Parts: sequence; C-alpha cells; structure tokens
Amino acid sequence: MNAPVVPSPRAAGDAPVLAIDDLTVTLGTRNGPARAVAGVDWSVAPGRTLALVGESGSGKSMTVLAATGLAPRSATVTGRVRLLGRELTTMSEPERRRWRGRHVGFVFQDPMTTLNPVLTVGRQVTEACEEHLGMSRRQARARAVELLDLVGIPAPDRRVDAHPHQFSGGMRQRVVIAMALACEPELLIADEPTTALDVTTQAQIVELVADLRRRLGTAVVWITHDLGVVAGIADTVAVMYGGRIVEQGPVDAVFGAPGHPYTRALLAARPRPGAAGEELAAIPGAPPSPLALPDGCAFWPRCPVRGDARCAHELPPLTPITPGHRVRTFYPLPDGPSTGDGPSTGDGPSTGDGPSIGGGPSIGGGPATGDGRRVSGDREQLHREDR
Amino acid sequence: MGRFVLRRLLQSVVVLLGVTLVVFLLLQLVPGDPVRVALGTRFDQQTYDALRERSGLDRPLVVQYLSYVGHALTGDLGVSFRSGQPVTTIVLERLPATLSLAVTAVLLALLVAFPLGVLSAVRSGSFVDHAARVFSQFGVSVPDFWTGIMGILLFAGVLGWLPPSGYVALTDDPAGWASHVALPATAVGLVTASILTRFIRSSVLEVLAEDYVRTAEAKGLRRRVVVVRHVLRNALIPVVTVVGVQLASLVGGVQLASLVGGVIVIEVLFAWPGIGRLTYDAVQARDYPVLQGAVLFVATLFLLTNLLVDVLYARLDPRIRLR
Amino acid sequence: MSADHPAATVTEPGTVRRTVTALRHDPPAVAGTVVLLVLLVVGLAGQWLAPAGTNDVDVDQMLRPPSGAHPFGTDELGRDVLSRVLVAARVSLQVGLVSVGIALAVGVSVGLLAGWYGGWADNLLMRGMDVLFAFPVLLLAVAIVAVLGPGLVTAMVAVGVVYTPIFARVTRASVLAVREQVFVRAAVSIGASDLRILRRHVLPNIAAPLIVQTSLSLAFAILSEAALSFLGLGVQPPAPAWGRMLYDGRGFVTDAWWLGFFPGAAIFLTVLAFNLVGDALRDVLDPRQLTVSEARRSSR
Repeated sequence: MNAPVVPSPRAAGDAPVLAIDDLTVTLGTRNGPARAVAGVDWSVAPGRTLALVGESGSGKSMTVLAATGLAPRSATVTGRVRLLGRELTTMSEPERRRWRGRHVGFVFQDPMTTLNPVLTVGRQVTEACEEHLGMSRRQARARAVELLDLVGIPAPDRRVDAHPHQFSGGMRQRVVIAMALACEPELLIADEPTTALDVTTQAQIVELVADLRRRLGTAVVWITHDLGVVAGIADTVAVMYGGRIVEQGPVDAVFGAPGHPYTRALLAARPRPGAAGEELAAIPGAPPSPLALPDGCAFWPRCPVRGDARCAHELPPLTPITPGHRVRTFYPLPDGPSTGDGPSTGDGPSTGDGPSIGGGPSIGGGPATGDGRRVSGDREQLHREDR
Repeated sequence: MGRFVLRRLLQSVVVLLGVTLVVFLLLQLVPGDPVRVALGTRFDQQTYDALRERSGLDRPLVVQYLSYVGHALTGDLGVSFRSGQPVTTIVLERLPATLSLAVTAVLLALLVAFPLGVLSAVRSGSFVDHAARVFSQFGVSVPDFWTGIMGILLFAGVLGWLPPSGYVALTDDPAGWASHVALPATAVGLVTASILTRFIRSSVLEVLAEDYVRTAEAKGLRRRVVVVRHVLRNALIPVVTVVGVQLASLVGGVQLASLVGGVIVIEVLFAWPGIGRLTYDAVQARDYPVLQGAVLFVATLFLLTNLLVDVLYARLDPRIRLR
Repeated sequence: MSADHPAATVTEPGTVRRTVTALRHDPPAVAGTVVLLVLLVVGLAGQWLAPAGTNDVDVDQMLRPPSGAHPFGTDELGRDVLSRVLVAARVSLQVGLVSVGIALAVGVSVGLLAGWYGGWADNLLMRGMDVLFAFPVLLLAVAIVAVLGPGLVTAMVAVGVVYTPIFARVTRASVLAVREQVFVRAAVSIGASDLRILRRHVLPNIAAPLIVQTSLSLAFAILSEAALSFLGLGVQPPAPAWGRMLYDGRGFVTDAWWLGFFPGAAIFLTVLAFNLVGDALRDVLDPRQLTVSEARRSSR
C-alpha cells in the first residue's frame, strides 16, 4: 500500500482490525433465494479507512451487516470474518453480541430513523457502555456529555437529556457517531452516513469522522455511492457490483487508473465541481436483480466494452494488475498510466472487441482517468494537512 | 401539550353537540306521538298531559332542543316515561355493574393478549405465532353471546360451578360478584383478547422493523434489553390507545374492531343490570327518555375516554407532547 | 438491504391475477372462499334444501336431540333446527350485503367529496361522520331500530348507517394520499374535470383499501345483524334468524345444547369465512405493507 501510514496510538502492528474472507450471503425471499453477497474479501488496518462503493443493491451494506451478525434472519452467511483476530462466524450470537458495540460501532444512513424517538439521546449514546463496560447510569450520563462534546454538539450537558426530534438532521448524525464511538471501538462502520443529509452537513460529517479517526486511531469502513467522499477520506477502496467486488485497491490506483469498465463508468457519472454545464454520463440499464444473477460477469449486460460471449458465461477472476490493485475482468484496461507495469492477463487485449473501451458513447468519452489524477492530487494535499 | 389538549377538547365539544342533536332528533323520528306510544294501554289523559308537559314536547322544536341541551348540561336528562324517575339517577345506578364487567373483561383480555401478542411478534413464524394468529382469527369471528351460551351450558349446566346468570354488587359480596362476573367477562374478554393480541402483535412487529431497533442490536445490547427498552415502549404507545377505546366501547356495548356484540347483548343474556340491559329494557318499554339518556351518557363517556387516551398517548410519546 | 421489494397498487396491470394467485396459495383464504360459496348456495336455495318447513310446529317432537330425522334436533315448538338454520342464512347474507352496500355507497361519496374538495365541505362532512362514530355501534343501531320499529329493512338501514363513517374515513385518507401524486396533479393541471379525475384516477387507486374494508365490514355487519336479532330487533318471528334462535333457545340451553350450538356455529363460520378472505385480501392489497416496502427501498 502506498498511502502514508497514519500513526495510531492503538495500532499494534499492521494486523487488520477486520478481515473478511470469501463472504457469501444468501437471502431467503418470497420469490426464492437471492444471493446478495458472493465471495467478498477485504480487510481494514488500524487507523485506516476502507471505502465500500457501489449502487443500491450491490451488497455493500449486506456485507458488513452479515459480517457482524446483523443480517436478517432469512439470511444464510458463509465465509470467514475475523475481528481483532477472533473468528466471528463461528461464535454464538450472545458472544458475537458482546463484540458488537464494544469493538465495532455503527453509523447508519438516516439519523431521522436510527435513533429511538422515546429515549433521551444521552441514554442512547451510552447505554452500550452500561452493557459492555459495566458503567452505572450516572457514569454513563457523564460519559454521554463527554461524547456529545467530542462530536461537536453545543451545550452537551443540557442536550444530553433532550429527545432526538429536538435535533436537526446533522446534529442527530453527530449523536449517532457519538453513540458508535461510546465504547471506544477499534472499528467504525459507517453505512452511507451522509446520504440523508444536505450538502453542507455532509461535508461536516465527513470532516468529523476523518478527524475522529485521526484522534482515536479507529479503523473505518465507509460505505457509500459518493465517489467524491471516497477520494477525500479513504485509503483503500473496494467497488462492488451485483454482490461481488469488481475492483479493489489503493484509492490513488483505482481512481488514477480504473481497471474495470464499471469503475470507469462510475467515475464518469460523478458530478464534478468546475464542470458545470457538462453533461453527466449516466450508466444505461439497471443493476441486476439478486434473484437472477448471471453465470458470468454481472455487469456484462450494461458493459460498454462488452467483451465476448465468455464474459456472459464465465465469471472473470479478480486479477491483480499492480500490487494491491485487483480488477475482476478478462480485459484489464490498458490506457491508465500505471496499468502498463501490471501483469497482463494474457489473452485479454488480443480480442477484437476488447480495447474499444474509451469510445463507448454512453460513458462520456472517458475523462475518468484524467479526473482521477486530479482527485488524487487533492488527496495528497489533504494528507499533508493531516500531518 | 396544553394546546394539543385544548384542540382535542374543542373537537370533542363540537362532536358532543352533534351527538346531542342526533339523540334529540331520534325522538322526533318516532312515528306518531311518543308519549302516547309509550303509555300504550296505561293511557289516561291526566298522566298523558303531565308527561307531555314535563318532557316539554308541547313546545317548538328549536326550543325543545335548546332546553334539552341546557338541561343535559346541568345533568338533567328528563324523566322516565315509565317510572317518572329522573333518567340521570337511573343511568348512574346502572353504571357500576357495567363498569365492573367491562374492566374485568379488559383486564382478562390483557392478561392473555399481552404475552401472546408480544411473543408472537418476537418469535414470528414460530408455533406460538401460528397459535396466536389462529386464536385471534377465531376470537374476532365468534359472537360473544354464543360463547356466553356455551359457557352457561358447560360451567352452569354440565359442571354446575358457576351461576348461569344474575348479578351481585362487588361492594356487597366480592366472592359472589366474582362468580357471577366470570362467565360474562370471559365471553366478552375473549373477543377483546383476540383484537388486542392481533393489535399488539402487529404493533410490535412494526417497531421491530424500525431502524432504531437495528441500531440497538448493533450496540450489542441483550435481546431482552432491546425488546423491553426499545421495542415495547414504542409498540405500547398505540396499544394504550386501543385498550382505552376497547374499554370505552365495551361500556357502550361495542368493541372497537369487531364493533359489535359487547356488553349490551351479554348483559341481556346474563341478566346483568348494567347500562346495556337498561337500554334494552327501555327499547322494549318504549321509554324514550331513558333510551336517549343512556345513549347520550354512553356516547359522552366514549368521547371522554377517547380524549383521555389521546392525552395519555401524548404523554407517552414525546414527539406529540412537544408539538 | 439488497433484496428488492416491488410495491403494488391496484392500477398496476395483473393485480387481479396476482391477487387470485396469492389467495389460491393461502389455505385459510381457500377455506374461507369455500365456506362463502356454500353459504351463497344455501342463501339462494335454503328453502329447497331444508328437509322441513321452518314453521312446522310438532308438539310431539319438542326439544328432541339431534337424530337421523332431525340432524340438528328440534326446538321448543318441535320445529326442525336444521331447516331453520339453513333458511336463516338468507337473512344474514341479505342484511350483511345490503347494509354494507349502503355504507359503501354513502361512505365513499362522503369521503370523496371531503377528501377531494377539502375546506369547509371536508370539515362539515367529516365532523358529521365523527358524530356517528362517537356512538358505540350496536347502541346506535339499537336506537335507530327502536325508533323506526324492528324489521328486516330497519336492520339493514341501522347497520348501514353504523358502518358508513368507516368507509368515509378510509376513502378520505386514500383520496388525500392520491391527490398529491404526480399523475393526479398532472390531470388537474391540464384541466380535466373533477368528476373525470375522480373516476379515472382516484377511484382505481383507492379500490384496494375499499375492497379490504368491504370484506371485513361484511363480517362485522353479519355479527351486528345477529346481535340485533338476538335482541329481538332484527327480522321478526316467525321468520327464522340465527341471533333470534339463540335468544329463544337460551332458556333451554342447559337441557337442549343443540338449540344454542347450531345457530351460533352458523354465525361463527360465516363471520370467520368473511374475515379469512378479508385478511388474505389485506395481505395482498394492504396499503400499509406497501409503505413498509417503500420505506425499505429508500433506506438502502
């Protein structure tokens, strides 16, 4: 990994906080089994941020819910999940419960619905401390004041006794973040924490999490479909489509030289500041239903590259193109500056259809690469400020 | 909070005025002369004139209505065509019997419905859940007077454990009251229990699907803590309303959801001298002032209970309280 | 959440077929439908199916327990209970259907007017409905019958009046929800007439809750009729009615269980059948489930 190492008080070596290996989740639905997640693996190191990117229904939320035992009852989960070196999947639910909240904190999407309307925020922020750390009600309340102060809520000693509906959306999300960090967990999972907020508030929440990560050394898994946020906050990124990872690697590499047509399309579909008036490139078609996933590449029906029949029937493997940068395609794109030194998959570029990539009219002439570089530039700057 | 209560109070007053109008107009709809009809074979000119005058039936309609409302406000609901006694006295005499029956029935129902409803939601899809659903489906479909008759057949007839009918005041003889109230309260309570079970189940299920319950689970709280602290408190807010309305409607001779049966029929079946029985007797005797008075009294009680329940609801749910 | 939950409205093509398919795979709904079909036959052809006349008094056969000659036994006048139960089915169904028909017609009209026009019309109409709603149902029915005199027609009117507010409320709530939707606003903006919009756009979209409410109300209306006739305020003797048979039999019940059992079982089965079908319909068409699936969708 080429991202700078952020020193963390608690990062004992680089052993991952959470490591997921070959995770598969199948949901029992009224219309038959739906494979929401298939063979996903990634890990996140102490003090680092992993961004999990994808459209709605790509399985990114289900991955973390299933990993921590929060999947719906109808779900069948297989694979390995190691949290701080302990295997979660073979744990009994009561045991796993003691790890949730204590070692992993969650921030969910909509702060309007994730807080219980009839309990005071103070109670909700630190009730997990009573459970896991054996705090008394009084200690818990004092800790709640501290935490509310930490996340930037004014007059925390008064607000601690207020109910959620007395807070604005952004303030509620701060409360949720305080709640997630109450027991000083090693890992924070943020599931689209800014999607339900307005733009200015979004930036504040992103900044708050980045800041807290630095101060507390917490590892972060940030689930989002907003690539702008990814560029600003993440060290590594995993792009998911149809329940599988299609591309994974350091943010600079993935943004600078996206190897998968889907990643390129996502980058092209992103609104950019300073590009006002330019038409946004939409990705034609819709994501596949988890009820009827194809045998081959799930993106094939929408793919502007559209390899050949092989893509439709055979699942491309997740192939490394540079160290730490893996792409699930038979035809890793050759046009990125850093792609050249990656090991070629061999037969890919020789296929006639293969290299017609950038010309796909629907993805807007492929300015993705150049833009990616610009973003990674911003990122470096951000990191300099960090230090 | 104050404004909320005030608004509901005003609404209730408007509705109550409408209720008095309907009750008043009922008498006008009686074909022919209600006093004459009521007196029937006991007719004699002197009684007739006296009754007509005391009921104010010889005055213009608007005046009659205004004086009816005016008198009702001071607690004067007129006099019985039969006995000449004040209607208010007669109705109030019957209130304890009905109240004791309705409250017992609702308590019995809650005793069954609360655990059954919560369990059936928390373990949805389990055997308990299926049993609860069959129970509530049958319970809302069964006429309570039929359950009552079957109860009399079994417990009074075959087993001889309980009296088939009759009433003993709770204050006179608690044990006697209990043995008399058992059958009618069970008959009514069974229907109420099914309605409540169903309601509690769906209320708990709804809350279980809320995001904040997932948040609570994500915090690693014990299942019991999640259910009691996060689910039940929210799920029971609407349940309080329904229990209140159930109670109110039982007094009035109905059930909220099944909207039928209730204590009027049960009181007739078990010779239970409550307001339902009073209404029935008034209909039989064409004692219209008593009928009017009983209906108005019950409707008022019904409205007041609903109002009270709304206020209680607001106290329990901080979102409403601060609106 | 990853699985997609498609939402449903009645206007979506294939809803009827989907509903029928769903009901066919729901055993309680199938059972309810079968009972209702049997009831329909009995209601139409009760007189011909009955082994004896409903008023064939036989003083030698008083209070006989069920036997081959009288499968449901005989009553205190020696009349055949089975024949009376069969013939009485028609009264129950008649009162149920007509009264719910009245409630549906009046309630939907009121709800449409109130919901569509809003303002003072809404206020006046719905306060009127509130007033009716403030009366305990059976008590109001009893009062109406007491004033108009007992009988089949008054029972229908009384039960109909009593159930009107529910339909008005359901309709109004649905209209309010539909009124704000894009396709309705579009129709308004191009100047379509109110009547046309109500008929073409609003009614089809509120059909689902109304269908559900109708089938459930039928169950309650039949219970109400039984209660009224138990109190002697329904169809008048000697015509048989289930509720009345229970009332007449209540004094003999410890000696002649069949007098209390069979008419009550008939009411129970009828009401249960309507409830089963109504519940199954609600499961398929319920607008609440629709919002839940929408909420799930937006939470991803």
